[in-house]
Amino acid sequence: MKILVCISKSPDTTTKIVFKENNSQFDDAMVQYIVNPYDEWYALVRALELKETFGGNVTIINVGLAENDAIIRKALAIGADDAVRIDADPSDALYTAEQIAAYAKVQNFDLILTGKETINYNGSAIGGMVAELLGLPYVSLATKLVIAVNTATIEQDIDGGTQVVECDLPLVISAAKGMAEQRIPNMRGIMAARTKSLTVVSAIDSPKLTAVKSYTLAEGRIDCKYINSSEPEKLIELLHTEAKVI
Amino acid sequence: MAVLIYTETAKGKIKKSSLEAVNYGNHIAALTNTTATALIIGEASNDDIVALGNAGAKKILHLKNDKLASQDPQLLVIATEQAAAAENAEVIIFLHDFTGKAVAPRLSASIKAGLIAGAVSYPVLEGGFSIKKNVFSGKAIADYSITSAKKIISLLPNSFPVTLSENIAELVNFSVNLDGIESRIKVKEVKKQTAELSLPDADLVVSAGRGMRGPENWGMIEDLAKALGAATACSRPVADIGWRPHHEHVGQTGVAIRPNLYIAIGISGAIQHLAGVNGSKTIVVINKDPEAPFFKSADYGIIGDAFEIVPKLVEAAKKFKSHQN
Repeated sequence: MKILVCISKSPDTTTKIVFKENNSQFDDAMVQYIVNPYDEWYALVRALELKETFGGNVTIINVGLAENDAIIRKALAIGADDAVRIDADPSDALYTAEQIAAYAKVQNFDLILTGKETINYNGSAIGGMVAELLGLPYVSLATKLVIAVNTATIEQDIDGGTQVVECDLPLVISAAKGMAEQRIPNMRGIMAARTKSLTVVSAIDSPKLTAVKSYTLAEGRIDCKYINSSEPEKLIELLHTEAKVI
Repeated sequence: MAVLIYTETAKGKIKKSSLEAVNYGNHIAALTNTTATALIIGEASNDDIVALGNAGAKKILHLKNDKLASQDPQLLVIATEQAAAAENAEVIIFLHDFTGKAVAPRLSASIKAGLIAGAVSYPVLEGGFSIKKNVFSGKAIADYSITSAKKIISLLPNSFPVTLSENIAELVNFSVNLDGIESRIKVKEVKKQTAELSLPDADLVVSAGRGMRGPENWGMIEDLAKALGAATACSRPVADIGWRPHHEHVGQTGVAIRPNLYIAIGISGAIQHLAGVNGSKTIVVINKDPEAPFFKSADYGIIGDAFEIVPKLVEAAKKFKSHQN
């Protein structure tokens, strides 16, 4: 089975978010970058499990500049066989998806997996876009994936519940929590990753349709109003008269 | 020209969030000197049609086609694309929910429209077309410009209040051409939660964590939710150890919600939990640990034992509701 896993680079979940250049850019001077957790913990690990069952090959793809090689090596250390980096700034979702699709089009993957969203841009867009560009079915927010012969059975999160769907390969799937368990790379994996193939491919021409003009930090709560634990009924009163939410 | 809004029913009734999207689309239509058209696929009652008009749709495209029953995003995209073409729509609105996350990106790729996924503001037209969305899991807001002629916006639910008017929409039975196209995705089973209120749609949410010590103590959480008319939610550890069902888990890896009121009981407030709830309008934290980080993100706090406080809150909420009726 030939599997492609799309990974993104994201700041560690505990990163303090700071902006620079008059709030037009994310300031990553002090930032520890990681593989986007949904891409790593769920999409990549499930791909490796499928390879362990059926044999085949797991390829990592990332759209980004040379600084991304560190997180790509991390994905290789976890167990992917080889990697491709499209040398481009992934600042627009469709632009990024066009790059992935252009590579995947000539490779005949049985399965393309990605995380349900990145934790920095939260767009949840790449999987669907890649599927459309390749003319493949897309199953989003998958929490379970089982493959038998040529058919994938997938459980996915829907609004207020779950559903089970079936679809023949090839297809694109976005992975959510539940799909697999995080794997920590071991020393052998880290050593092996150093010599695995990481091919750098130049970007195709494609327009960027969106761009960030500026950032602002989300407003924090000004301060917490404490209510004495002996009179919790005051809370109900304040929620009605002051917050006006009940 | 028009603004096209993708709308849906759930449990046999038009979704509240769809009315919000129509309101939002109507506002954009006014900004761009055009009108709002709602697209609804599948069964829709007369009440639904009236509600879509009251929410601001000037026209409703009602589309019934058996091939769309599978909800395969690939087919929904073809249908939406034909509706957008028929209406000459330059702006297409989705909700950033299950359907929107599956359909909007595909449509964006198909018609080469810039997509802003998870928008939280109205667009500003001065100096182009710009719009705000949450980034860094709710920790910041980015102001994006869309430069393509066609634009797709998926709106984060509960971003705007819904206002209704007396407007009546023109109803058009719309048909699409899906000849030769078959869904490749077969739905085998749908498991909806039994609760009346689905979590992402709920205005009020009562949530609890490990501080409850065990699943047997959730009765009072459910009582409080019931007294307030709220949905119930939980933190990640509680879902992981199986005290509560997975679909109740809110936070970075669970459901992200932004209700009007979020009451967190016995939840310390890890950054990953906050990422899923910090869009809530009012946050109440009840925790016996005064150092719980959640208090820093709360509007109201009670420091104390949930087992003493919650039953009193249930009584107070019941009393409040009985006075209201």
